[in-house]
Amino acid sequence: MSLTLEEMNNMYLDVLKEVGNIGSGNAASALAKMIQKRIDMDVPNVRLLSFEDVASVLGGEEMVVAGIYFQVEGDIDGNIMFLLDISSSKVLTSMLMGREDYTGDLDDMDRSALQEIGNILSGSYISSLSALTGLNLKLSVPSLCIDMAGAILSVPAIQFSQTFDNVLLIETILTEGDYEVKGNFFLIPDSGSFEKLLRSLGVYS
Amino acid sequence: MQTIVKVGMADLKVVKEPDVLTTLGLGSCVGIAVYDRFKKIAGLAHIMLPDSNQIKNNSNKAKFADTAIEIMINEMIKLGASQARLTAKIAGGSQMFSFGNGSSDLMKIGYRNTLSTKEILENLKIPILAEDTGGNYGRTIEFYTETGDLLVKTIGYGVKTI
Repeated sequence: MSLTLEEMNNMYLDVLKEVGNIGSGNAASALAKMIQKRIDMDVPNVRLLSFEDVASVLGGEEMVVAGIYFQVEGDIDGNIMFLLDISSSKVLTSMLMGREDYTGDLDDMDRSALQEIGNILSGSYISSLSALTGLNLKLSVPSLCIDMAGAILSVPAIQFSQTFDNVLLIETILTEGDYEVKGNFFLIPDSGSFEKLLRSLGVYS
Repeated sequence: MQTIVKVGMADLKVVKEPDVLTTLGLGSCVGIAVYDRFKKIAGLAHIMLPDSNQIKNNSNKAKFADTAIEIMINEMIKLGASQARLTAKIAGGSQMFSFGNGSSDLMKIGYRNTLSTKEILENLKIPILAEDTGGNYGRTIEFYTETGDLLVKTIGYGVKTI
């Protein structure tokens, strides 16, 4: 039996939201520890979006964003994408490098710092999911791409499109002082893995 | 008056002179512009997957190279285009991310989209006049019905007309 989008929309979004909440909470504390500053987090916004609307969330298809992409392996297969707009990327890397200026261009060091940040945040998210579900989940090494939002998002959208006509987005806003970092997680289980995931969460039988 | 008609992801549009067709931020997807130079009628499809026969959930015809091209050509003929005159220009099909352990089929989706698009156009005897495909970067494209030019814009890889 396959899951329709409506069913998922109505019943499972809350569970995924909770996973997103705990995952993002852990991600925020991991980040706070790393930069040794207090990080506040809003309750994440979990949404199902149609392809047309995905890019508009990030300021349009041509907005330059940083996407950090992982393969998930273990009891379920799939991918995770962590997406940051460019100003959030600059804020995060500058915090990590201890720079005062949060507006400079991203260099190679920043790019590898971003991959590391993506690694830590996605790792926290995956371990929350793993703890909640009892599933054994592992992350691959990250792959980073800085380009147009539409182009980057085409990758999870294509994966999702094999099963659904929508994309599941978990939006988290982290703040440190006056600076806001808006991070977006896309959880993309392979077909078949989605039901397994929901079953492990006790919401689908 | 010239209107700029936007084509979304898994979407297609057909217009007449002097309108301009555009699709923004093509990544692994492929933008397929088909044109009747004599009637100045053009169609643009933004496809996500190579083949509707491989996927169960295939109700959205504009999502797949095969069904999108078929529908687009039918709509163009309805507007007065002749299939024998049609030509095509394609862009996109890049690989945005790569992993060290050899790329999975999924990572090669851009390449597969391009390949499938070319095969379908060849079967329909629609010549491909120009293409800008592959690589690891995104593209925004604009197709001009007046000239048949396809403008390709990128971040850091320049702008060109093909």
